[in-house]
Amino acid sequence: MEFFISLWEALPAELQYLIWTLIKIIVIVAPMMLAVAYFTYAERKIIGYMQVRIGPNRVGPKGWLQPIADAVKLMFKEIVIPTNANKALFLIAPAITLGPALAAWAVFPFDEELVLADINAGLLYILALTSVGVYGVIIAGWASNSKYAFLGAMRSAAQIVAYEIAMGFALVGVLVAAGSLNLGDIIKAQQGGLFSWFWLQLLPLFGVYVISGVAETNRAPFDVAEGESEIVAGFHVEYSGMLFAVFFLAEYANMILISALTAVMFLGGWLSPFQGWPVLGPLFDWVPGFVWLVIKTAIFMFLFLWLRATFPRYRYDQIMRLGWKVFIPITIVWIAVVGLAVVYQLPWWFD
Amino acid sequence: MKVLSNYFKSLFLLELFRGLSVTGRYLFKKKFTVMYPEEKAPVSPRFRGLHALRRYPNGEERCIACKLCEATCPALAITIEAEPRDDGSRRTTRYDIDLFKCIYCGYCQEACPVDAIVETRVYEYHFEQRGDNVMTKQDLLTVGDKHEAQIAADIEAQSKYR
Repeated sequence: MEFFISLWEALPAELQYLIWTLIKIIVIVAPMMLAVAYFTYAERKIIGYMQVRIGPNRVGPKGWLQPIADAVKLMFKEIVIPTNANKALFLIAPAITLGPALAAWAVFPFDEELVLADINAGLLYILALTSVGVYGVIIAGWASNSKYAFLGAMRSAAQIVAYEIAMGFALVGVLVAAGSLNLGDIIKAQQGGLFSWFWLQLLPLFGVYVISGVAETNRAPFDVAEGESEIVAGFHVEYSGMLFAVFFLAEYANMILISALTAVMFLGGWLSPFQGWPVLGPLFDWVPGFVWLVIKTAIFMFLFLWLRATFPRYRYDQIMRLGWKVFIPITIVWIAVVGLAVVYQLPWWFD
Repeated sequence: MKVLSNYFKSLFLLELFRGLSVTGRYLFKKKFTVMYPEEKAPVSPRFRGLHALRRYPNGEERCIACKLCEATCPALAITIEAEPRDDGSRRTTRYDIDLFKCIYCGYCQEACPVDAIVETRVYEYHFEQRGDNVMTKQDLLTVGDKHEAQIAADIEAQSKYR
């Protein structure tokens, strides 16, 4: 033991820092991957239950090993590269989609002090990274040398541009209300229990953010980029095996990310819902903040699946109308309202 | 006024929330799934599955080679050849049913005057070799011997409707 400690201290400070950061990254990414795997299982189970059937139950007890079986299957499948596809871009595209979905977790506050990089422009960084993900989709669609993939990429580009704006405006509202771009400070600005979280004072923005989040991750009912009935599988028709699995991982990692961000920005992150309440407050003080965060995130993850089980796919022009003509006006109006409320210190929330 | 109310309905997603409440309720509904290999769906006595040739209780085969089943079979799946047996009675020497041709209509069972050819409840069978799809007389008799109790009970159950 002492040998290892002396070995560690013999390393230069920069190397120590690098190793520490790498370990922290692994500690974040490994559970994320596991969460993604079991999120797919949860999706199949919950959608199954909503359709009055029971979902996967053959692999392992109650089907718990299903995601592992799926992963093994995908790993052993052949990776087919289409003729005349741009090979380099074709291979890079999945990584470009997955990278930002994982990198965004760097600034995410898991608890009061538990954050990998506590930077002041956290919100900006997240907004930037969630937009970068679409490049993977577009590159994948273009590099596949396939009509359907290309159509999917075009659709996804138009859709994400439209919803990025609404989402950005919704986050501007949060920024104005919190007065900070740092995610930890945004959470701290929401202190005081269930009704001081931003979801109530920014209700229209909250709704817009959740719905744009669904559109942003290309999930049903906004999954025109991979609409099975119209363009087969959209941007990832030509992908197979592990490359497809990476797209799959990215989609689910993005869903978890958007859910967690919604929890942080509108539901007070790791704050207890009963904080500062007379009886319930002290009663729930022992629950660690991380648990509250997980519960809140899980609610939105469930919502994603619920939406998918309920709604048919939006028509393409309706998606555009919703994004440009409904969401953007709503967010602009509400930003003005929040701005005035903050400037004139309106009761009950902004005084 | 109507336009305005429609506008608010769509703005506040009222219809969509109703949709969510439907799926939300179904989440907790009882599931109807039958776990097939362990559980099986109930089968009617009139079920038309694998064919069988029956025998009388004394072991004598019922079929008298009248060829009514062969004549009525719409898929021409049945092939019968017959000759007098040594004791002078009329019996089949060949009774083949091609299960690939058979459409499981049950006409052979209806045509049979002595309840010899029947369709049983058996629906779990498969062929491993090319040619196995043709059930010979011996195969059919074996199936009949194996499921005689069930076949007799099924015929008894539906006899009053015939």
